[in-house]
Amino acid sequence: MVELRGVSKSYGTSWALRPTDLLFPSRQTTVLIGPSGCGKSTLLRLLIGLLWPDQGVVCFDGAPLSPANILFYRQRMGYVIQDGGLFPHLTARGNVTLMARHLGWDEGRLEKRLRELSDLTRFPADGLDRYPAELSGGQRQRIGLMRALMLDPAVLLLDEPLGALDPIIRSELQSDLRAVFRQLAKTVVLVTHDLAEAGFFGDTIVLLREGRVVQHDPLNELIHRPAEPFVTQFINAQSRPLDAFAREISG
Amino acid sequence: MKRVAILLCVLLVTPRAEATAPVRQLNVGSKSFPESLILGEMVAQLAKSPSVEPRHKETKGLGGTRVLWEALRKGDIDVYPEYTGTISEEILSGKGGRGEDDIRKALAAFDIRMSQPLGFNNTYVIAMKEEAAARLDIRTISNLRQHPELRFGFSNEFLQRGDGWPSLKRAYDLPQRDVRGMEHTLGFLALENGDIDVMELYSTEGKIRRHRLSLLDDDRKHFPDYHAVLLYRADLQARMPEAVQSFLRLEGTIREPDMRELNARVELDHEREARVAADFLAERLAVQTAPELDSAVDRILAQTGRHLLLVIVSLTAAVVVAVPLGVIAARRPKTGQAVLGVASLVQTIPSLALLVLLMSVPFLGLGFWTAVVALFLYSLLPIIRNTYAGLHDIAPSLRESAAALGLPPLARLRLVELPIAARSILAGIKTSAVINVGTATLGGLIGAGGYGQAIFTGLTLQNTTMVLEGAVPAAVMALLVQGIFELAERVVVPRGLRLHAAA
Repeated sequence: MVELRGVSKSYGTSWALRPTDLLFPSRQTTVLIGPSGCGKSTLLRLLIGLLWPDQGVVCFDGAPLSPANILFYRQRMGYVIQDGGLFPHLTARGNVTLMARHLGWDEGRLEKRLRELSDLTRFPADGLDRYPAELSGGQRQRIGLMRALMLDPAVLLLDEPLGALDPIIRSELQSDLRAVFRQLAKTVVLVTHDLAEAGFFGDTIVLLREGRVVQHDPLNELIHRPAEPFVTQFINAQSRPLDAFAREISG
Repeated sequence: MKRVAILLCVLLVTPRAEATAPVRQLNVGSKSFPESLILGEMVAQLAKSPSVEPRHKETKGLGGTRVLWEALRKGDIDVYPEYTGTISEEILSGKGGRGEDDIRKALAAFDIRMSQPLGFNNTYVIAMKEEAAARLDIRTISNLRQHPELRFGFSNEFLQRGDGWPSLKRAYDLPQRDVRGMEHTLGFLALENGDIDVMELYSTEGKIRRHRLSLLDDDRKHFPDYHAVLLYRADLQARMPEAVQSFLRLEGTIREPDMRELNARVELDHEREARVAADFLAERLAVQTAPELDSAVDRILAQTGRHLLLVIVSLTAAVVVAVPLGVIAARRPKTGQAVLGVASLVQTIPSLALLVLLMSVPFLGLGFWTAVVALFLYSLLPIIRNTYAGLHDIAPSLRESAAALGLPPLARLRLVELPIAARSILAGIKTSAVINVGTATLGGLIGAGGYGQAIFTGLTLQNTTMVLEGAVPAAVMALLVQGIFELAERVVVPRGLRLHAAA
């Protein structure tokens, strides 16, 4: 579906992404994870043409992306960022329908799609006329998701979509998001730095470190067959505080 | 909205005199001090006939010799009063010789003619209190040499001018050491109080009337002649000979005491220059004229219309040009720096210099459009800068979100970036508009009308009422403009952005 072929990106002398081949298979959720600065956001931005590779190509259904065709392919990809990235001057409805309106959809079609999406993301219909500043963080994120899904894209890219939310809303939205992914069966690429979240969403996980793919496997494999000591180190670092606490209260 | 439209129509359609015979228009200019205004008024009133319609109101009180000379050469005005000394020194830069015939010859090269002197010589004179001069028996400047103890008080300009104190001291070999600089009006006071004994003044200055002064004879002919004359275009003789014949009747008719009295009536008694001029013509030339004496309300209304028009036209043009420039500046940083640099540079040009510069541009010249262009140029920077800043400050995540949707660049600009920057852009326009209302007063210097005409004329006439006639409405207009823009903000700036600002 979406594929990196020999793609690299550097800033001056430092690698943001070393030459990488990577395939994101159709209808599966792939999670990009790694410590800060590992290149996971860079990778996502390369996929939607917000950055262009120094070498290699990004392919969509086998066709290489280029500045000439990127507007066309962006309509086939939904992109969600932390806190939604909503336009403050538009209502929730205005944000969701902006692109479809630009493409000339009529009101009936817009309304129908809006209803489908608010049902899907469990967004209250009466909130559609509010401005982003009047919505809660979780609601903003649902609108961000609706906006990304409006044109029914084949691919959904999410960059730390839950990063700005408090834990309770976060876990609620996690479940809703996973339900959406399963229901829609889209090709999903999701960036996070949270291992639990990665395991929760991901069919496969891509662990990155300093611009390099360390391991590309399901969570199980990462735990039981780490490609190198860093994998175990990374997993332990994330699970240790809670485990230690659990041991403490049980012991 | 409808009312604004009607108002604009009224402002735009200024009534014009219609007559059966072809009426030719004679444009009379004058400088912004009482004497020049009075002489200009005399010329206009004398030249009026069934076939000639003189206009002085629009082109009176202009800002200085350069402005008038350029206007005369371009034909924006046909005639204006000038002084021989100014012509030889300032206009001809001393190159044409100082004799009247030399000046006349030099002017002919520019197709400009000069009348015979009108009678008075408005040059520097040295003055003392009558009583002191009599006591010390001082009648000439040479006599001052015998009294080294006398205290001199001169205007700062006179202390520094080439033909002022330094050369006067040399020419007469004057021994006095107690020489101080002071503001001219205060000089009269100091002389009255006995703080100084001698001061300089202009020979036709109206204030002389209030004080009992002896004017000392310039027995060594030190001060250059500043005989009042009329400068007019050579083609005027062919175009309206009857007008030329009429205004040349002023030649040799105004003596120094006459002019002093006329100046005093305008400067000190605050009589209207049109009335003073008409009285003189009736008395000396037995010509009955009908001076145009408009009421203060008429004047304020006309000036308000003109001022608004200056602001609206120049600001609209500035918005149309500056917003796209701001967009380009935000898109291309290098071009942006260049654009902002040039706009800032324009801002540093002194306004009078810019006006004179613009007057020499073909198609501009004296009046409305030159002022509009100057205001337009001054309005650019705040709008460009705020458009640039508004776009530049949009969070990168929002810009990328718009791009990631697949919107083409122009649609991003229109649907996302400009609306988000609306508040900043509008603030820039507001700044320009308010500054514009103030700056438009400079239109008074080049005959573009507006509140500036009242302000500058009032200042030179030391007529506070007249200054306020321009200054108060200008201040009110600035406040109104500010208010209108604050209302506009509620309409133009999307509600979502205002919420954001509140949070």
